[in-house]
Amino acid sequence: MYATTYHKAKTVDEAVKLVGQSESGKFLSGGMSLLPTMKQRLAAPSDLVDLRHIPEMKGISVSGSEVKIGGAATHYEIKESAELAKACYGLHSMASVLGDPQVRYMGTIGGSLANNDPAADYPAAMLALDATIHTNARTLKASEFFAGLLETALEDDEIVTAVSFTAPEKSGYEKFRNPASRYAMCGVFVAKTGSEVRVGVTGAGADGVFSWDEAASALSSNFSADAIKDLAVDPGELLSDLHGSSEYRANLVKVMAKRAVESAR
Amino acid sequence: MGIEGIGARVQRKEDKRFITGKGRYTDDMVVPGMKHAAFVRSPHAHAKIAGIDASAAEGMPGVIAVLNGKQLTDDGIGNLICGWMIHSKDGSPMNMGAWRPLADSTVRYVGDAVAIVVADTRSQARDAADAVVVDYEELPAIVDPVKALQDGAPQLHPEAKGNLIYDWEIGDGAATDKAIAEAAHVTELKIINNRLVPNPMEPRAALGHYDEAEDHYTCWTTSQNPHVARLVMSAFYNVAPENKLRVIAPDVGGGFGSKIYIYPEEIVCLWASKRTGVPVKWVCDRTEAFLTDAHGRDHVSTVKLAFDANNIVTGMKVDTIANLGAYMSLFSSSVPTYLYATLLSGQYNIPAIHANVRTVYTNTTPVDAYRGAGRPEATYLVERVMETAARELGVSPAELRRKNFVREFPHQTPVIMCYDAGDYDASLKAAMEAADYDGFPARRKEAESKGKKRGIGMSCYIEACGIAPSQAVGSLGAGVGLWESAEVRVNAVGTIEVLTGSHSHGQGHETTFAQLVAERFGVGLDSVSIVHGDTDKVQMGMGTYGSRSGAVGMSAIAKALDKVETKAKKIAAHLLEADEGDIVIENGELKVAGTDKTLPWFQMALAAYTAHNLPDGMEPGLKEGAFYDPSNFTFPAGCYICEVEVDPDTGKTEIIQFVAADDFGNIINPMIVEGQVHGGIAQGVGQAMLEAAHYDAETGQLITASYMDYTMPRADDLPSFQVSHQNTPCPGNPLGIKGCGEAGAIGSPPAVINAITDAIGTNKLDMPATPEKVWALLHSH
Repeated sequence: MYATTYHKAKTVDEAVKLVGQSESGKFLSGGMSLLPTMKQRLAAPSDLVDLRHIPEMKGISVSGSEVKIGGAATHYEIKESAELAKACYGLHSMASVLGDPQVRYMGTIGGSLANNDPAADYPAAMLALDATIHTNARTLKASEFFAGLLETALEDDEIVTAVSFTAPEKSGYEKFRNPASRYAMCGVFVAKTGSEVRVGVTGAGADGVFSWDEAASALSSNFSADAIKDLAVDPGELLSDLHGSSEYRANLVKVMAKRAVESAR
Repeated sequence: MGIEGIGARVQRKEDKRFITGKGRYTDDMVVPGMKHAAFVRSPHAHAKIAGIDASAAEGMPGVIAVLNGKQLTDDGIGNLICGWMIHSKDGSPMNMGAWRPLADSTVRYVGDAVAIVVADTRSQARDAADAVVVDYEELPAIVDPVKALQDGAPQLHPEAKGNLIYDWEIGDGAATDKAIAEAAHVTELKIINNRLVPNPMEPRAALGHYDEAEDHYTCWTTSQNPHVARLVMSAFYNVAPENKLRVIAPDVGGGFGSKIYIYPEEIVCLWASKRTGVPVKWVCDRTEAFLTDAHGRDHVSTVKLAFDANNIVTGMKVDTIANLGAYMSLFSSSVPTYLYATLLSGQYNIPAIHANVRTVYTNTTPVDAYRGAGRPEATYLVERVMETAARELGVSPAELRRKNFVREFPHQTPVIMCYDAGDYDASLKAAMEAADYDGFPARRKEAESKGKKRGIGMSCYIEACGIAPSQAVGSLGAGVGLWESAEVRVNAVGTIEVLTGSHSHGQGHETTFAQLVAERFGVGLDSVSIVHGDTDKVQMGMGTYGSRSGAVGMSAIAKALDKVETKAKKIAAHLLEADEGDIVIENGELKVAGTDKTLPWFQMALAAYTAHNLPDGMEPGLKEGAFYDPSNFTFPAGCYICEVEVDPDTGKTEIIQFVAADDFGNIINPMIVEGQVHGGIAQGVGQAMLEAAHYDAETGQLITASYMDYTMPRADDLPSFQVSHQNTPCPGNPLGIKGCGEAGAIGSPPAVINAITDAIGTNKLDMPATPEKVWALLHSH
């Protein structure tokens, strides 16, 4: 690891200022991807500005059917929130299988979204929940936020301060882990509200997270695993690597989607 | 047996320091004035070095020196060697290419060391290493061992034409061909044994310290055999004569074979210490470990197994190509020959066997012994072809094996080994009962009703431990003897130190070796200390690998204990005015049998050192040494049964149960033995389902160079193991021990694969059986 200077920001404004003043500073919000990258000497930010202790970015609130989660909320906090588990079972279930216990204590939803790793879990949920991403500058729909592998609509001085969404009637998440990294090789989040169904897929897409609209439309008229049994994802749009060909991933998308529908509540 | 003696489940004495973080590893060693090293490594799999420009690096903060291979050559440091000579079948010696500790003209794999940077801190050394500019002229690379032998393949070493290191054979080719020609049935299989990365928990490290005033070197290093390291560094690499070189292997966090060998880094750190005048420490990071620790396995084989009309095996023919990587590591040549082909008879009567083995150079990390070393490759081949044959013949896999078991001992196989003792029926029966083998069809049916595919597979393995006797291995080409040494020092207060040439890097020697002493003299474990891992303290020894420390290392201790016992009894007889033959040792006392006359152990020891009243002519003191050279290999054997459930939708395999029934001979500490079996099975399951080193075919880059891509077994990949023992004592050594360190890794891979192939109904599966591979097979036929 190259030498770096650590800062603990107390406010969003202070964090933005600290990164702005630095030579090549980066926001740190758990560091579950950034720190390993730095340890491998593949990244060398001059400064790290920690967002995890900013009070305005913490907390989970459920008010009626409106859910808001602070960007600095950890996966553990999301998993443990009884209110959230009731409001959105799928997100609770996702946080329960996200990384491992150490990662769940350190990693945050804001950090994960800002990084937009193609194998990260939350992006699938955000798409399927049609969530709103709040930053220090604006609000965006999830569909506007994700912009390909490790790319988002965020500007350099922009921070994910919170996410919000309307609690679905039913939601579920199932993933198949990469045997080595244990990241999602394919994760499917299904959310149903009234006749509207959305399906978010992570880990499998060649361009990162995507909505499987064909499945969503089939499920909107018949919310059962049967509804998607004859559908197929085009392997040409999927990732292919050492652990899974695009054909295998196409199969996994379907299998995990069916299981997510079955587990949804 | 006392409560702490042979057979007792004593908790490990060494664990307190390990689990409280108080172990002392090479990286914990600090010497005044010590500086830190980083290596400049080749990013190319194959290239000429046109030049090295270190000027920028030399000017960087904290940098003391940047040293290269030319300087190393100028100082007379020798090539790394392979210490086991194999002759090709035409009688020619193996074609060993030169391996410079720092490459001076050609790099041959990604990670090949080119220069060393010494700096005040580790970060400074690494920063400067990044700034060393090496001018590489890239050459085409080859990573596939089969393609490396083909015409037109890129050539690695001028000494090895066609990349062929040797073309070796064993057994009777004509008799085997005849058996196959006359067979009622021949089962043929292509077998790939996947390349593995050892991944011990502690990465390698070395601290070299040259003392100019004494003209003496000290090397702290992560070694399984510090004396061999000293011998080789002294005799072949010209680092220093043995009396001027002390090698210390302190606590070592696992090795699995990868820390047997002498690597470039420790030699270069010692040399750099003399060159720079400062002690030089290098600690490997995990990426370097993936790239440079000797890998394991990597065989491509075909096997033909011939049966007569009664399903009796009549012959076996094997052709193997083994990838030894870019250079020949210390014992690499012996692994695919005498540690592999000599075990091809398995547990079976096979009248004719012939194996041909070609080893090849490729632009990959050197390959050497890894837990099991040759024996897993043999077992995987034998047990997969046996299971496949049973399926082709339509008979029960257990029955086919039983029909062909060796039952009379000693049993001379056609491939050198002479099995001394065993009861293969006993382990098969025990394993089948523990696994409720007969109840499997019902379980399969139940799984089917849930949409899952169940399979069951077995493996009846045999292996050879103790690698011996020295004269025999010498005649087969070994450059060293394979005995072990011990010295037992009884102190004046009766406490006991045992100096052993074995080395513990996780095996629990401090406990088991002490149990042996406790058993003999009835003293408490706390009063026995085991000393190992330091060439200045311990007499010459051969170290720990090949499951040899029980069978060979403890036998040496037993021999030294015999001598101590004899002298102790003489002293006691003299003091108790009794006949030496009437003295017995029990519970820490020397007693005159049939009387109430006793002498406490410590008083006997004190008498030996005060020397006020010893028998006429007896030397004072109580310290005895012994060297033990075994009369034969030992032959642990057993039966493993694995039951799996495959999810046909995803191809994911879950191990439902894993049964191990082993014959390890006599056991000192069952808890430690079970731990060895558990760990071995975990690594075997890793090979069977998870682990594989992948190289890019064009660039020779190691694709699986981190845990993001190299799948290590995790706790949730494994079931609770059912372990039992059906022991037949080994007749070849005084303690009746066979060895248990590698069996789990040897016996388990074929059991797992036989179970998965049973579940999915095809024999075409290669390791590792990843979900994708299994899914693809399920959906392709």
